[in-house]
Amino acid sequence: MRHVIAVLLENESGALSRVAGLFSARGYNIESLTVAPTNDPTLSRITIVTSGTERVIEQIIKQLNKLVEVVRLTDLSEISCIEREIMLVKVRAVESGREEVKRLTDIFRGRILDVTDTSYVIELTGDDQKITAFLDALGPDNLLEVVRSGATGIARGEKALKV
Amino acid sequence: MELSGGEVLIEALKEEGVEYIFGYPGGAVLHIYDALYEQNSVKHILVRHEQGATHAADGYARATGKAGVVLVTSGPGATNAVTGIATAFMDSIPMVIISGQVQSRFIGSDAFQEVDCIGITRPCVKHNFLVDSLESFAETIKKAFHVATTGRPGPVVIDIPKDFTTPGIKVPFDYPKTVEMRSYTPALEGHPGQIRKAVDLILSARRPMIYSGGGVVLGDASEQLTKFSRLLNYPVTNTLMGLGAFPSTDPQFVGMLGMHGTYEANMGMHDCDVLIAIGARFDDRVTGELESFCPHAKIVHVDIDPASISKNVKVDVPIVGNVAQVLGEMIKLIEATDKRADEDDLNDWWAQMRGWQSKECLSYDQSDEVIKPQAVIEAVWRATNGDAYVTSDVGQHQMWVAQYYPFDKPRRWINSGGLGTMGFGLPAALGVQLAFPDETVVCVTGEASIQMCIQELSTCLQYGTPVKIICLNNRYMGMVRQWQEFSYEKRYSHSYMDALPDFVKLTESYGHVGMRIENPADVDKSLQEAFAMKDRLVFMDFVTDQTENVYPMIEAGKGHHEMRLKPSRELA
Repeated sequence: MRHVIAVLLENESGALSRVAGLFSARGYNIESLTVAPTNDPTLSRITIVTSGTERVIEQIIKQLNKLVEVVRLTDLSEISCIEREIMLVKVRAVESGREEVKRLTDIFRGRILDVTDTSYVIELTGDDQKITAFLDALGPDNLLEVVRSGATGIARGEKALKV
Repeated sequence: MELSGGEVLIEALKEEGVEYIFGYPGGAVLHIYDALYEQNSVKHILVRHEQGATHAADGYARATGKAGVVLVTSGPGATNAVTGIATAFMDSIPMVIISGQVQSRFIGSDAFQEVDCIGITRPCVKHNFLVDSLESFAETIKKAFHVATTGRPGPVVIDIPKDFTTPGIKVPFDYPKTVEMRSYTPALEGHPGQIRKAVDLILSARRPMIYSGGGVVLGDASEQLTKFSRLLNYPVTNTLMGLGAFPSTDPQFVGMLGMHGTYEANMGMHDCDVLIAIGARFDDRVTGELESFCPHAKIVHVDIDPASISKNVKVDVPIVGNVAQVLGEMIKLIEATDKRADEDDLNDWWAQMRGWQSKECLSYDQSDEVIKPQAVIEAVWRATNGDAYVTSDVGQHQMWVAQYYPFDKPRRWINSGGLGTMGFGLPAALGVQLAFPDETVVCVTGEASIQMCIQELSTCLQYGTPVKIICLNNRYMGMVRQWQEFSYEKRYSHSYMDALPDFVKLTESYGHVGMRIENPADVDKSLQEAFAMKDRLVFMDFVTDQTENVYPMIEAGKGHHEMRLKPSRELA
């Protein structure tokens, strides 16, 4: 099953490689991983999308907690949460296709950031499903370049992952 | 007080009560070695290879419970230390390893003797630190000792660039008394509700087993384990790492379990209805095939590391906490109640256990013509009154010590259980002997393993450590040969040790005493002779039966109830 795990860790050099190294050394799957400092500059926040059986996910969480630089973490999939990913996509846009791509972008509430005679760069935000649906709608033949940030996530309600 | 980086290290080690530092100098640590030269409080032991330094510090740590300390240079110094660091990591041994690094401005430039020590050691340390300023060095050392020795212990590396130890550059020194790390807060006390739940289950058992491991030794909980077990009168089995935590000569002890454990311990595991796992981690050499592991049992598991719980085997009552504390609480609860396991059930269970024991799974054929390796270990036990510190290398001889040298005290049995590192025994014995100069320290080894760190004979001479080396010389990598016999139709591919040195001459050339024993009748006599030489290292080269195998055995893919006994004792 797919899980989204949010991790607060010390914003120190090498901390990210401990997390990444843990996944490769123990054969855990990483679907995506995002990382950036938080408003507290001593902390970074990682969002990892992974998958595995209940037992594997339990181990992933325990092993992450065991890393000395991990301060706190939460499995967002266990609670009601909001998940968002940003995608920048460059598509071929010529002749009648230009209007079609623009219309699709509007339907998906994307934005066109760059225009040339033959292409658009589109920005789209959403969860995994929405982004995949948009790529499917554009069709593989029109895609020139796809950049996905990987998922970030936050719990609904007042409860916060913080120190 | 203003100190240079090298002096900061020495002062910090003094504050930590460090007695010995095991090391080898080189370019990146020359400033530190200069600081070492100026003082006498921390004694430096000059090994002959960095692997030896790590194993010696490891042996010291296992025997004393204190952190072992290592000092190596950058590049090859650090990479040579990696095997010993990984060995300590797998067995959760507290160690602090200080490695020199090239000057900070050269890091990443492929400088002379530069390796990414932090990157290389990351997967086999509890934690590691690259020192980023001289100002932070003292606090980093404090953190390293704190992390290494608390919670589930383990090795911690401090990589220090050479420019932070320059003699002329000094900073005010104030060693922190305590350290707080918001990201590192190991659990110490078990959850009271879980402990109560566990005790209820334990007292309702009909066929209970106590399965305890290295965590009891590391957590100094041997006394509590013994009291707990005696209170209940349940059978006790120990893992390879847990031997000595419960007295092995006690009738309640049913031997080691696992791949080369006793028949009774493994059958007990298979048939038990309540398994009480204490400071053990359900290692694959212990569990055998997981599909058929303890099929009838409800499992209680006490461990300080949450990640050890339900990793390989799903347990019913997990308790995260310090083993001594949790056992202490359990003892209180048991003493406060009259409830006990049903007496008839327990008697039946013990009768069953005695039935399994009557198979005498550890008996072996005696011989007047060729020395049986098992007989040597039993003779060593007699010659040392069962009270020596015994280190070992890895292979058949290691299993024979575990089977034929019953340890009655914790921290006496010192071996590389998790990583299985050949070459561990001799340097580990050096570390133990330094910690306890007046105790008998024995290194049981084989002619293959001993050659992996034999250069430390030189270190033993320099520091006058009178280790007694028992080499079971069967001219084979015995355990490899055994597996080839069982699983590869006796195709002994590269397991024969040809062109062996004359160990007697070799030992003598290192300035020690060498003995070669070929006749079974000479075993006891020569051991007495060797152990009487209190201040000499004696290398005893026992020429043993080449064909002897370690029995009983659970082969790969088999369960506890499918043990292979010695051929003449195979079950009808």
